[in-house]
Amino acid sequence: MLLYTLKRLGLAILVAAFVSVVAFMLLRLSGDAAIAIAGEGARDEDIELVRRTYGLDRPLIVQYMDWLLTTLSGDLGESLYFKTDVAALIADKLPVTFFIGSFALLFALALSIPLGVLAAVFSGTWIDRAALAIAVVGQALPNFFFALVLIMLFSITLRWLPVSGSDTWAHFVMPSIALGYYVTPPMMRLVRAGMIEVLNSDYIRTARAKGLPSASVVFKHGLRNAVVPVVALSAVQLGYLLGGSIVIETIFALDGLGYLAYQSITHKDFPVTQAVLLLLSLIYVLLTLVSDLINAFLDPRMRVA
Amino acid sequence: MGGAPAREAVLEVKDLSVTIRTPAGPLHAVRDVSFDVRRGETVCLVGESGCGKSMTSLAIMSLLPSTATRQASRLVFAGTDLTRASRSEINALRGNRMAMIFQEPMTALNPAWTIGNQLIEVYRHHKRSGYAEARERAVDLLAKVGIASPAERLGQYPHQLSGGLRQRVMIAMALMCGPDLIIADEPTTALDVTIQAQILRLLAGLQREFGIALLLITHDLGIVARIADRVHVMYAGAIVESATTAELFARPCHPYTRGLLSCLPRPGTTKAGTRLGTIPGIVPSLIGGIEGCAFRTRCDYARAECAKTLPVRTPSATHRYVCVEEFATETELREASA
Amino acid sequence: MSDAVLLPAETVSPKAATATARMAANPSVVAGLILVGAVIAIALLAPLLAPHDPYAQDLTRRLVPPIWHEKGVWANPLGTDNLGRDYLSRILYGARISLLIGLSVMLISGLIGTTLGLIAGYFGGRVDLVISFIITARLAMPVVLVALAVVAMIGGSLPVVILTLGLLKWDRFAVVMRSATQQVRSLDYVAAAEAAGASRLRIITGEVLPNVFPHLIVVATVEAGSAILLEAALSFLGLGVQPPLPSWGLMIAEAKNMMFFSFWLIAIPGTALALLVLGINLLGDGLRDVFAPDGRG
Repeated sequence: MLLYTLKRLGLAILVAAFVSVVAFMLLRLSGDAAIAIAGEGARDEDIELVRRTYGLDRPLIVQYMDWLLTTLSGDLGESLYFKTDVAALIADKLPVTFFIGSFALLFALALSIPLGVLAAVFSGTWIDRAALAIAVVGQALPNFFFALVLIMLFSITLRWLPVSGSDTWAHFVMPSIALGYYVTPPMMRLVRAGMIEVLNSDYIRTARAKGLPSASVVFKHGLRNAVVPVVALSAVQLGYLLGGSIVIETIFALDGLGYLAYQSITHKDFPVTQAVLLLLSLIYVLLTLVSDLINAFLDPRMRVA
Repeated sequence: MGGAPAREAVLEVKDLSVTIRTPAGPLHAVRDVSFDVRRGETVCLVGESGCGKSMTSLAIMSLLPSTATRQASRLVFAGTDLTRASRSEINALRGNRMAMIFQEPMTALNPAWTIGNQLIEVYRHHKRSGYAEARERAVDLLAKVGIASPAERLGQYPHQLSGGLRQRVMIAMALMCGPDLIIADEPTTALDVTIQAQILRLLAGLQREFGIALLLITHDLGIVARIADRVHVMYAGAIVESATTAELFARPCHPYTRGLLSCLPRPGTTKAGTRLGTIPGIVPSLIGGIEGCAFRTRCDYARAECAKTLPVRTPSATHRYVCVEEFATETELREASA
Repeated sequence: MSDAVLLPAETVSPKAATATARMAANPSVVAGLILVGAVIAIALLAPLLAPHDPYAQDLTRRLVPPIWHEKGVWANPLGTDNLGRDYLSRILYGARISLLIGLSVMLISGLIGTTLGLIAGYFGGRVDLVISFIITARLAMPVVLVALAVVAMIGGSLPVVILTLGLLKWDRFAVVMRSATQQVRSLDYVAAAEAAGASRLRIITGEVLPNVFPHLIVVATVEAGSAILLEAALSFLGLGVQPPLPSWGLMIAEAKNMMFFSFWLIAIPGTALALLVLGINLLGDGLRDVFAPDGRG
């Protein structure tokens, strides 16, 4: 187990390093950074000055190493737009995104596990078809459209929830739903497929032969085995949710990492964009690692090896 | 068996039939099977793969798949009519007074829970007992089935045990609530030959000690010889011959039984160099109606009458077979006059 | 389970003969084809069906509601937007954009991902390690963010969006093709072809590709739908297709501030998007069911 973890950790670090290179190159190569920083209508001398001040005239490799070293030492640079320390900026916005992402995941699990179990237990009946239909429709709905519909319904028409901002827990309800519903269908299918397979297994027949109540058979014996890949997938999905919250945060005016990324991109604020990209990638890589470890831990066959 | 008083029947099966829905039509997996199992005795259902013996056991335990339907004129366990019992009544009996041991110990235990957990849960559920009492019983039974350091084993997971040990755990699990009937479906088939003998000895010993009725499903006549009091030979979903073990091996009547026995080498009897018998042909399809004897396509004695209703012959009070030919009476007459 | 009853071969029921017959019998495939077919027809026939020029503005007829409102008029069956442009015409022409995006991104990313997947799956070993590493790295990057950043640098337009998404969204193709190739690789006819001395390229294109084709089709449909939604999201954020193009996502963005009184402005393009992607997903799901019996996974 320990060796396995170390190998996965090593791979994670390599991937993160690779991503950092790509992130860096992407920004430097897709346009002239100096012009972007200097702003429109800047004179040639100004651009040259900017180029030299920011060291943009040095070879790319040197620029990258410089950036890498300063980043590793904790210094993420200064935001060109906000004029404050990037690290502080990110630390300030991260919690909001983290909360939305986590609630979205919880919402997805709360919906997908019961639906998946129902669909599997009643496989082939109208219940199963209804659950699958919900899944199919859910995956076709654009998330920004769904978010606007939610606002229209719950904020304007019913006046139950606030439209925007991030002050109270009520502000997080709609964003979480709007973000989480999209990952519900794949998770529901995974629960369903896993449960169907598990419910056909020999040990379920043994449980029934022991006269155990249905609830015990389905949940204690069945779901316990079927849910392992789902939990592992959840960790990965969390990474996706954290990265995909840009649209939702923009619509609901939530002051999170996604919105920060959006602002930094539209204002050509490279230090922030790079930092956010790197951070999200790192989080994703770590979550994939966590997902593997969860898998290994929840399956006793791997744990006691 | 001669002078023993008739013991009460724990399980009575009469005209049990199981039909499975398939895309090609109804498959008659079990056809009008009748037998009973009495307290303290071992009854074997023997036959080749696909003869319906496993389906019979699943039908008794109400564990049939959803595509199967079960019919019986009588299916009574310890006074309870299983055909009319509700789901909760059946659940109250299963694992409690009637228990089943399956063929594959590798997959029959839940890999996610310790064996202690799986042993204890069945006792706590049926007996409404506390944890400590259930745990104590689990330890006792594990020791009884011959597992060393039983208390430590409780905390282990199935994958940490060998096949033989797992099957012993399954046996212990079946015994947890003190059942009246145990159905064992090919309990030793998946195990090594050396372990097989141990498990069989264990089952026989436990049965004697607790006076349990044991219904053993197997394809192995050697096991039948070793452990069974009475035998029912099944072919293509129906019972073709029923007898005590001694009678079956001494005076096999039905051509299928005789064919089976000739396939076996008998130590001390079969001479070296003798060809072992084979039964040519294959089992017929069980889809759609079957008229007459299913074995006639492979039988040396087949006649036109075999396609119609067959007579039931009873060479003795405990020996019964279904065939157009009369066998036992001939040999018995010959022996009697010898 | 030991109780499988032996059946003589003749009584085994014949399955639907060809894949086409199975597809026709699958309700998901049929529904999906109808929806997608309808959108394709609309896109192709837009010039004939559209009552007006989708770009023509008429500031005297702004925010006319659709026909089912009391103030609706038949001249603009789906109303007009805040610049007086006929909504029905814009929706019809918008279908072209969505379909174009879906198709081209699917082709580009499909080409990249399938090539990578086939190579990784067929050659295995170190080649596979390298390609798997690249896939993992790509998966680690948040697509929306990177796409936004690139488009922001270069400037938003239809070709830019198509290229960016195409170059980013190949991961699923690669993953699925890789595992499918690995499964096929160990089969007998591949070994036979290798033994016969066929060149690797011929083996890959001749033996492997036809057999992983079903998986490819299924992934392609999923990715097409995903690409359409992604473009819509980018355009919604202002970093995708630029106005005045009638991208459905852009139409929702433009209508966002007016949605409280003119909800149809976002409901109509939103529903259009949902229906198109629904059709594509149904098609993909149905095809997966059709091909599944031939080989799991």
